[in-house]
Amino acid sequence: MNAIDFSRRQFLVGTGTVAGGFTLAFNIMGNEALALSATPEVNAWVVIKPDDTVIIRIARVEMGQGTLTGLAQLVSEELEADWSKVTTEYPTPGENLARKRVWGNFQTAGSQGIRQSADYVRKGGAAARMMLMQAAANQWKVPVEELTVSKGVITHEKTKRKLSYGKVAAAAAKLEAPKDVALKDPKSWTIAGKPLHRLNQVGKTNGKQIYSIDHTMPGMLNAAIRDCPIFGGKIKSVDSSKAEKMPGVKKIVRFDQAVAVVADTWWRAKTALEAVKIEYDGGEHANLDSKAIAATLRAGLDAPEAFVGNSNGDAHSAIVGAVKKVEAVYSVPYQNHATMEPMNATAVWTPEKCEVWTATQNAEAALATASKAAGLPLDKCDIYRMDLGGGFGRRATSQDFVAQAITIAKELPGTPVKLIWSREEDMAHGCYHPITQCKMTGGLDADGNLVGLHMRISGQSIQATIRPEGLEPNGRDPFTFQGLNAGGAEGAFGYTIPNLLIDHAMRNPPVRPGFWRGVNNNQNAIYLESFIDELAHEAGKDPLEFRRALMKNHPKHLAVLNAVAEKAGWGTPAPAGVYRGLAQHMGYGSYVAACAEVSVSDKGELKVLRIVAATDCGHAVNPHQIDGQIAGSFAYGLGAALMQEITVKDGRIEQENFDTYPILRMEDMPKVETIIMPSGGFWGGVGEPTIFVAAPAVLNAIYAATGKRVRNLPIKNTDLRKA
Amino acid sequence: MIKLNINGKVHSLNVEPDTPLLWAIREQIGLTGTKYGCGVAQCGACSVEIDGQVVRSCSMPVSAVTEKQKIVTIEGMTSKITAALQKAWLDLDVPQCGYCQSGQLMAATALLKTIPNPTDAEIKREMSNICRCGTYNRISAGIKQAASALRA
Repeated sequence: MNAIDFSRRQFLVGTGTVAGGFTLAFNIMGNEALALSATPEVNAWVVIKPDDTVIIRIARVEMGQGTLTGLAQLVSEELEADWSKVTTEYPTPGENLARKRVWGNFQTAGSQGIRQSADYVRKGGAAARMMLMQAAANQWKVPVEELTVSKGVITHEKTKRKLSYGKVAAAAAKLEAPKDVALKDPKSWTIAGKPLHRLNQVGKTNGKQIYSIDHTMPGMLNAAIRDCPIFGGKIKSVDSSKAEKMPGVKKIVRFDQAVAVVADTWWRAKTALEAVKIEYDGGEHANLDSKAIAATLRAGLDAPEAFVGNSNGDAHSAIVGAVKKVEAVYSVPYQNHATMEPMNATAVWTPEKCEVWTATQNAEAALATASKAAGLPLDKCDIYRMDLGGGFGRRATSQDFVAQAITIAKELPGTPVKLIWSREEDMAHGCYHPITQCKMTGGLDADGNLVGLHMRISGQSIQATIRPEGLEPNGRDPFTFQGLNAGGAEGAFGYTIPNLLIDHAMRNPPVRPGFWRGVNNNQNAIYLESFIDELAHEAGKDPLEFRRALMKNHPKHLAVLNAVAEKAGWGTPAPAGVYRGLAQHMGYGSYVAACAEVSVSDKGELKVLRIVAATDCGHAVNPHQIDGQIAGSFAYGLGAALMQEITVKDGRIEQENFDTYPILRMEDMPKVETIIMPSGGFWGGVGEPTIFVAAPAVLNAIYAATGKRVRNLPIKNTDLRKA
Repeated sequence: MIKLNINGKVHSLNVEPDTPLLWAIREQIGLTGTKYGCGVAQCGACSVEIDGQVVRSCSMPVSAVTEKQKIVTIEGMTSKITAALQKAWLDLDVPQCGYCQSGQLMAATALLKTIPNPTDAEIKREMSNICRCGTYNRISAGIKQAASALRA
């Protein structure tokens, strides 16, 4: 995924050097480094203080997924650092821009934090190590080849002399960067690849961790906002006469189709906002509802025109000529990210400068957004990254909260203003997981072999709405086919089917879509893996054996599937009343599979008891964190599959809070057993991939338990009592 | 003026009586470990103790609390139980984003006070706070580890 804000194109100038190679840039003394340590850096990635504290610069952002610790492990590994002395800091996008993007891409989405920067951050650590050792060699006047290093201490064995990194860092900083930087064989890793504790955990257990929503500044005011809840609607009238007189209110700001109240505290701002009477002109979508959206998508299922994602042979003829034709229609609704910490940002604007403190998954996009909203050039703006109370793609898709905070702050030049969305605002103005339907058609021969498959997706393209430049010239959205591609390292289809057609009839309702953990892989895996299961049953074959026959040419896909089948005991009797289902998929560079165990009571109550999950992510930088991501991704994916849907009525989102958009809680969390099986030679993501297989494995287990095929999500809308 | 005893200290606050305790704690006292998640007592991120009982502070107006009642936020949780839970949280790397964990630890403390040796089923029943990162299984393991450490 490349979820880059539309406005970020201006950053693309000169990125070739960053993407293609490694540049060591040196700190210009007295520079703009507001957020960075004052100690001179060894290079852009590494600062070592005289007391041997190692500060590793992190370009990507931590939002719970563990990227910060993983990246620090990779740099530390090559640096030969003492892990107990490692801390981190975030450069700002302004600093990155001023230094010709020496830190590369800041975007933290698409499970790319580690896999797409592992090479250059490791080179940063290795180069710093070489410079530190050279500085020691220079000081001792010995050849650098005679030195060894371990845990941040350089040793000259012949003379038994030792120097810690902190003693030579200042001299190292003045050296030229090495041209040839070799990286370690992952087999020799001692820091990377190990299940180390995460950094920055203590503050998350004692209330001391400062998230974006907690940021304060002297003289800061607080803002609450209500943006027009109707898609395409406009404000007709605003009566703020009562709100203006309420305690603490400083200013009422109306812009675009939003009304914001600025007050001394956020609670007073929110209370006053509720007293503002706003009338809307609903516009052309005023009567839009989920039924109408579903009808639009349904028409796409048989539309003659569609974008092709993957095809070989002649699927139509093969299916028509098949002994048995199987057809099924599925649907997956809109979902909201619903991060625990609602959207927020603190902005200070003056005619000369604009600064923002916020939780964002893409600080460079936030900077571009800030520049536009502030009416100031990029180099007069900056973004200070705060800890995120969850991201899941929401804070990558749109920086709308940054634009709003600045627009409000512009009304109060020089005064810091913190804008916080209420949960209700967050629910109404999400960037929702796109809505789709899918018609699956398959043909079986007399022996139950799959001879043809047509997968017709109908529904929303994320890029068409939020990032149209990401579409191909003919209008096709390649992201729609995540995990369904004919090949490639990102998301390859795991079956060989003699006649195959996967296509997409694009239908774009006026509801803003976004990149939601797993993105299009989620529904693609639900559709494909449910239907493969249906075909297996229609063919009278075991779902595992049916898949294996189609997966002979896809050994990595097959390996994870086999691993979960074996660990879960597929083919052996399950405990009484327990039923199993399988699923596999590949996305964001990783191969994943799951076997779910469920029970369904006579009353139709579903319990997801256990999920065995496997991932081959190439290299596993921190297995303990990967284990956490797998369990967490299941909580996110199962919540959606079991109970969540965002629906539309009267041109707006119906759900307002967690009472109507329930989140999976402890009581519904299954036992999760993980198999982390990195096969080496490639880098796959871990934050998202396992989410793909959570829902389809459960859906297939429900069928095994009840004989009922749930084809429309969420599952709660289907009566699971045995027919 | 409304007076509140928070973490052992009495604060005089100039707030409207219907101000939720959560926002008084965050904006008036400046203790930000107690989080806003939903405002309707659904998620539990705002959990605090009042006289030893865990309460969702987003839905509790300050006027409903008297000066004599002892409010304790995550920053003021110094009991052996909370310390054991915090240690288990770090041992097992429970937090991901961490935003909900103040509330989870408040809820877990309340659980171990009433059920010192909870079963899996009891943990599932009693722990109703939302974690969007899905750290539930490690929360459960953390509670059991802390319970075990407290018995030792």
